[in-house]
Amino acid sequence: MGFGVNLNFSQFIPSIPFILEGVLVTLKIVALAALLGFALGIILALFKIGRIKVLTWLANVYTSVFRGTPLVLQLMIIYFGMPQIIGFEIDAFPAAVIAFGLNSAAYISEIIRAGILAVDKGQREAAMALGIPYKPMMRDIILPQALKNILPALMNEFITLTKESAVVTVIGAMDIMRRAYIVGGDKYAFFEPLLIAGLIYYILVMILTLLGKAVEGRMRKSD
Amino acid sequence: MIKVENLRKSFGKLEVLKGITTTIKQGEVVAIIGPSGSGKSTFLRCLNLLEEPTDGKVWIGDQEITNRKTNIMKVRQNVGMVFQHFHLFPHMTVLENLTYAPMKVKGMAKAEAEAKAMELLRKVGLAQKANEYPSRLSGGQKQRVAIARALAMSPEVMLFDEPTSALDPEMVKEVLEVMKSLAHTGMTMAIVTHEMGFAREVADRVLFLDGGLLVEDASPSEFFSAPKSKRAQEFLEKML
Repeated sequence: MGFGVNLNFSQFIPSIPFILEGVLVTLKIVALAALLGFALGIILALFKIGRIKVLTWLANVYTSVFRGTPLVLQLMIIYFGMPQIIGFEIDAFPAAVIAFGLNSAAYISEIIRAGILAVDKGQREAAMALGIPYKPMMRDIILPQALKNILPALMNEFITLTKESAVVTVIGAMDIMRRAYIVGGDKYAFFEPLLIAGLIYYILVMILTLLGKAVEGRMRKSD
Repeated sequence: MIKVENLRKSFGKLEVLKGITTTIKQGEVVAIIGPSGSGKSTFLRCLNLLEEPTDGKVWIGDQEITNRKTNIMKVRQNVGMVFQHFHLFPHMTVLENLTYAPMKVKGMAKAEAEAKAMELLRKVGLAQKANEYPSRLSGGQKQRVAIARALAMSPEVMLFDEPTSALDPEMVKEVLEVMKSLAHTGMTMAIVTHEMGFAREVADRVLFLDGGLLVEDASPSEFFSAPKSKRAQEFLEKML
């Protein structure tokens, strides 16, 4: 051994399937958190633009708190802290989904709020003039137009979520990051497995980016 | 029938309508004209409560829409509105623009809604555009679709808020033609417009608003040949 570059990827080849299994864990966490964040984000956004002051206030406080504290702290509060309050343990997987979901809801609600406000006011008036009630108006007329405009920002948020999900390693969920770390510990060499993990994350993000472009293209058909 | 009684509307400290009283009879075509800032658009928008009046009463048919107990959504289904900037739903095809509200709001079956939509599109001369998106249409075509969309709800009253003001000059005529033929069907129409020729030819009555007040209420022949008020005389001098 000496100084200089001393990398040996070949000894990690048998560990690659083990690390790759983490892809599924990461994707499951991200997908469920994204769904939760998106659904909650829409509700919060509607609260923010709605007329009921209490709900607007509530949604603003929510956003402020979740944006104003570190994600890893929120994750640890839910995983390590909450059992003290609710009296039972939460597994790492649901804790991760809840933490990431709640956290991204705060960001997504801001994106959606801006998207709704950017839809021409006339759309709302036209819907009102036709006697279309609030719920179908939002669901079928305003939100589809808002979503089209905010798709790039939304995609960005999902990409961030994919990468940030690596912090679940602190609560021991067996995602890509955690597995790479375990392999590194086994072989007393971290550089190679972490590089492999990095490559996997990068490929995932690239796939997400391409997916986003494809969806955007489809939504532009009415232009 | 539309009945308006002492209608007032303020935006903050600015009083835009200062007490307007008038009646538009069943089947009547009324042109609402006046200088910009006179309150004519606000007046029209109070008739389906897109603006909430500060004071006064409005009846559509025998329903007082300014009464808080009235279900305004139901009333609006009966009052079609056409906007200056069309406001077609850009993510829906022309046909979907026409069928959405009848299906969603009135619970009409898809086949029936589409048949009715196609009939209306034929009437405005755009049946061949049924499956296009609004972005592919010219301004005049968009406005004709917007008229058809409002008619798809089978309203008893149609409100037009400067329907030709955003159009290129060569497209004004096609929209006015559609409105004219609609007037001949006996539709009750209130039209805010700057098209004096159209008001003169098609309207049964002219309402001239200025400074939030109804200054003149006369037949087109009276109004255009011998306006009584000084403001109307000045206005017409500039317009004609």
